Amino acid sequence: MSVLEKTVREPVAPAPPRGRRTTAWLLTAGLVAGLVVLVPVAAGTGAYPVPVGDVFASVLHRSGLGGGELDRIAESVLWNVRFPRIALALLVGASLGCAGALMQGVFGNPLAEPGVIGVSSGAAVGAVAAIALGLNFAGNWTVPVLAFVAGLSTVLLVYGMSRSGGRTEVVTLILTGIAVNAFAGALIGLFLFFADTAAINQITFWQLGSLSQATWPKVLAVLPCAALGLTVAPLYARRLDLLALGERPARHLGVDVERLRIVLVLVIALLTAAAVSVSGIIGFVGLVVPHLLRMAAGPGHRFLLPGSALLGALVLLAADLIARTVAEPAELPLGVLTALLGSPFFFWLLRRTRRRQGGWA
Amino acid sequence: MKRPSGMARPLRITRALGAVRPRGRPVPPAAPVPGEVLAEAEGLTVRLGAREVLADVGVRVRAGEVLALVGPNGAGKSTLLSVLAADLPPTAGCVRIHGRPASDWSVPELALRRAVLPQSASLSFPFTVGEVVRMGRAPWTSVRPEDDGAAVAGAMAATEVTGLAARPFSALSGGERARVALARVLAQCAPLLLLDEPTAALDLRHQELVLRLCRERALAGDAVVVVLHDLGLAAAHAHRVAVLRAGRVAADGPPREVFTRGLLSRVYEQPVEVFPHPRTGTVVVLPDRAAGPSA
Repeated sequence: MSVLEKTVREPVAPAPPRGRRTTAWLLTAGLVAGLVVLVPVAAGTGAYPVPVGDVFASVLHRSGLGGGELDRIAESVLWNVRFPRIALALLVGASLGCAGALMQGVFGNPLAEPGVIGVSSGAAVGAVAAIALGLNFAGNWTVPVLAFVAGLSTVLLVYGMSRSGGRTEVVTLILTGIAVNAFAGALIGLFLFFADTAAINQITFWQLGSLSQATWPKVLAVLPCAALGLTVAPLYARRLDLLALGERPARHLGVDVERLRIVLVLVIALLTAAAVSVSGIIGFVGLVVPHLLRMAAGPGHRFLLPGSALLGALVLLAADLIARTVAEPAELPLGVLTALLGSPFFFWLLRRTRRRQGGWA
Repeated sequence: MKRPSGMARPLRITRALGAVRPRGRPVPPAAPVPGEVLAEAEGLTVRLGAREVLADVGVRVRAGEVLALVGPNGAGKSTLLSVLAADLPPTAGCVRIHGRPASDWSVPELALRRAVLPQSASLSFPFTVGEVVRMGRAPWTSVRPEDDGAAVAGAMAATEVTGLAARPFSALSGGERARVALARVLAQCAPLLLLDEPTAALDLRHQELVLRLCRERALAGDAVVVVLHDLGLAAAHAHRVAVLRAGRVAADGPPREVFTRGLLSRVYEQPVEVFPHPRTGTVVVLPDRAAGPSA
C-alpha cells in the first residue's frame, strides 16, 4: 500500500520499455549478422559448389582489393547466376517484409498483407497482362510499370471498399481480399487461355513465384523501387505508431492522416509491385515477418519497419536457398515453399491470438 | 523619420515568418490569459445526412473555466465537441480556436492548441501503457522535446496509472484504459481540453479524481470542455454548463442557475427533483421516482 501511495505522489518518470529497446537492438544485430553469414553461404551452395573462401576471394578481386580470380565456370556461376539471384532475394524479401508491416500499420490491422488482401495478385494481373499481350511500351520496365499500376489500383480498391466510418472492419477486409483474389485469378486465367505457349510458361512462373529467372537487369529494374520504398517507409514510423490510436486521435496529435495514408499506400504499391514484377506471387512473408518481430520487440514501427525489411530479406534468402537445394537437381518454386511453411505458422498465429484475446473480432 | 522604417522591418520579418510557418515548425501558443476565449462557435449548424444534428448553436469556452456539456442521448453533445475539435466542418456557422477560424490552423498547430479525449479508446497494436501516454507528446517532438519526461510522468501520476506503465494497453480493464487515454491527453499539454465522457467507465473515486483534474487544469489557466451524463458531477465541478436538447442549446450558465426542476424535467422528458445538498449546498439532481415518466 505504501509503495503504491509513493508512486502516486511522486511523479517519477515511467521507465521506458527498456527491455523492448534492448531486444530491438539485439535483433537488429542478429539479423545483420545472419545476413552477413547467409549471403556467402548461399553464394557458395548449389549444383556447382564454390568454397566460401573462394567466394570472398572473387568478390575482393572484382572490387580491386586483392583476392584472386577463380576459374571461368566458378566466376560465371557466381557473377551471372548466384549473385543476381541473391541480390534479388534480398530486395524482394525486404520489400515484401516492409510492405507487410506498412500495410498492417496503415490498415491498423494485423491481418493486412499484400497477399491476403489481394494486392499481390492484383499486381500479378498487370504483369501477366504485359506478358500475355506482348506489351513492350516501356522496354525492360513494362512489366514493373504495369504491375505497379495494377497493384496500386488494387490497394485503392481494397482500401476504399473495406473502410467505413473511418475504420477498417476485419470481416470486410478479408471478404474484399477473397473477392479481389478470385477476380485476379479469373483475369490471369483469361490471359492464360488466350496466351501462346511461351507466355503460358512465363505466366505459370508468376503464379508459383520464383527467383530462378534472376538476372542483373532484373535486379536493376527492382532496385530503384525497392530503394525508394525502403527509404521513405521509416520516415513515417512515428506517425504510424500514432495511427494505432485511430484516425481521429492521430489527427488530434498532429498527424495529417489523409496525406500519410496516400503516401504510404503508394509506397506499399511500389514495394509490392517491385517484388511481384520480378518474382511472382510469394505469399506469407509480408504477413508472418512483421508478426514475429512484433511478438519479440513490440509494435513500435521505428524498429518494425526496418526490422521487417531485414528479416524479410533473411527469410527469403534462406527460403530460396532451400528451394533450390532441397530437391536437387530440380528446383521447388519459391512461392510454393513460403506458402508451405507460412500457412501452418499463420494457423498457429490465429489459434494463439484467439486463445489470448478471443480472436480478432 | 528613422523610427517608422525601423518599426517596419520587424513587422515585415514576422509576416514572412507567418507565411513560412505552416511548412516549418509549428509555433506553440502563448499561455492563455484568464477569461480569454479559446474556442468559440457561432450560429453552428451541422447536418449529417438528412438529419440536422446541431442547429444554430453558440458556445464560448474561456480559459480558466470548466464547461460541462449535458443533455439526453443524441442531443448533439459529441458532435458539438468534434466540431470544436476541428474534426468535423460545420454545415453553417463558424468555429474559432484560439481566435482564428478552425480551418486556418494546420494539423500540427492544432495539436499544440487542443487535446481531445474520444468516447472510447482503442488501440490496434499491443503498445504498453507508457508508450501510449508518450504518444501524447508527439506534437512537441519538433518544438520542445525536453519537457516530455516530466509531462508524461506528471500525467500518469495525476491519473494514477504510473504502476501500469509496463502493461500492454490491451490487457487493461475498461476503467484503466479510460484513465490511460486521459493521461495521454493530459500529457499533450494543450490549453484547450475537450473530453468526451471521461467518467463513463470509471468508479466513484476515479470519477471524482478526473473532474478534480479538470478543475486543476482550469485553475492553471486552461479551458476544459467535458461531456457528462452525471448531472450531480456537472453541478459539483463545472463552472458553467450548457444543456443541449435536440441539437440546440436549451440553457447555458452556472449550474446553480441552469439546473432547475422545470428545465431538466422538460429536457430529459423525465421528472426530476433538484435540491441543495444539506451540508455543502451544491445542487443535487435526482429522478423524481414518485412521479413516473411524463407523457
